[in-house]
Amino acid sequence: MTSPVHTAALIAVMAIGSMLLRFLPFLVFRKKTPPFIAYLGKVLPSAIIGMLIVYCLRETNVTAMPFGLPELIATGIVVLLQIWKRKTILSIIAGTAAYMLLLQVVF
Amino acid sequence: MKNKTVKLAFMKSLPVLAGYIVLGIGFGILLSKAGYGPLWAFAMSVLIYGGSMQYVGVDLISGGVSILMTAVTTIMVNARHLFYSISMLRVYKDSGKYKPYLIFSLTDETYSLLCDGKTPEGAEPEKYRFLVSLFNHSYWIIGGVIGNILGSVLPFSSRGIEFSMTALFISAFVEQWITMKDHIPAISGIACTLISLLIFGPENFLIPAMLLITLTLSLLRGRLDGKEEMK
Repeated sequence: MTSPVHTAALIAVMAIGSMLLRFLPFLVFRKKTPPFIAYLGKVLPSAIIGMLIVYCLRETNVTAMPFGLPELIATGIVVLLQIWKRKTILSIIAGTAAYMLLLQVVF
Repeated sequence: MKNKTVKLAFMKSLPVLAGYIVLGIGFGILLSKAGYGPLWAFAMSVLIYGGSMQYVGVDLISGGVSILMTAVTTIMVNARHLFYSISMLRVYKDSGKYKPYLIFSLTDETYSLLCDGKTPEGAEPEKYRFLVSLFNHSYWIIGGVIGNILGSVLPFSSRGIEFSMTALFISAFVEQWITMKDHIPAISGIACTLISLLIFGPENFLIPAMLLITLTLSLLRGRLDGKEEMK
């Protein structure tokens, strides 16, 4: 265990670093947003959400039991429920419950 | 009128509630196992406020690494936040006094709730976004402190509950798919990230993925620009 002062310093660095990344685009494009950046701002949201899904599922092993089946089934449930009912909370609760059940009981 | 905004913001933040409490508890437990008490959990969750960053942060502080190493790791882990901010430039443009906090609290989950730029009817838009962000932040802090105090004495197996965050992103993806005319950005996001994951592996693929997404979307600009309007 390190000294509390060093720990506090590391936490400060993490906090400032995270903040810097979040604020940087707003500071750089304070006055006028170049058309290219405005274009990126428009198309990025759907691309990033796609990226985050892959990011969340990155540890899924499809080459060994259970071959990513719990992830696949739970994802399918969320997608179908969302298309059908369009209630985000319902999709999340049902998908998560199904995933936990598959992980703890079935596989 | 004000109460309606609070209520609508709270409803919007509900999908994040369970996920943040659980992930926050996970973080709190990890931190307590590394020998740090609730005040540290509180400080980290208030000041850093980022899921993966704080999980990595437990290793950094317990390993007593250097300040430089911590700074580099922070930038690597959180580089995606540049993306969030770029795509929120327009939405947060006229947020006035709320703007600094809105930018500070732009996590993956808050981003996924607010990135479409829509606010419900009857809500004051700026205040609504502020409250959604604030509610999410408070769930995260509460989870972290609870987890830290309780340690590992959870009464039931929560294995697999982390899927709630994945489910949140999947439902956001489906919602966008339904409301957007052009699906090429969404497909590019998944395809580029998958390609990058296959090449670079699960530890180091996020930054190459972001570069690949930017490159792909730049090349497609002639085709996509002006066409895509968020409804």
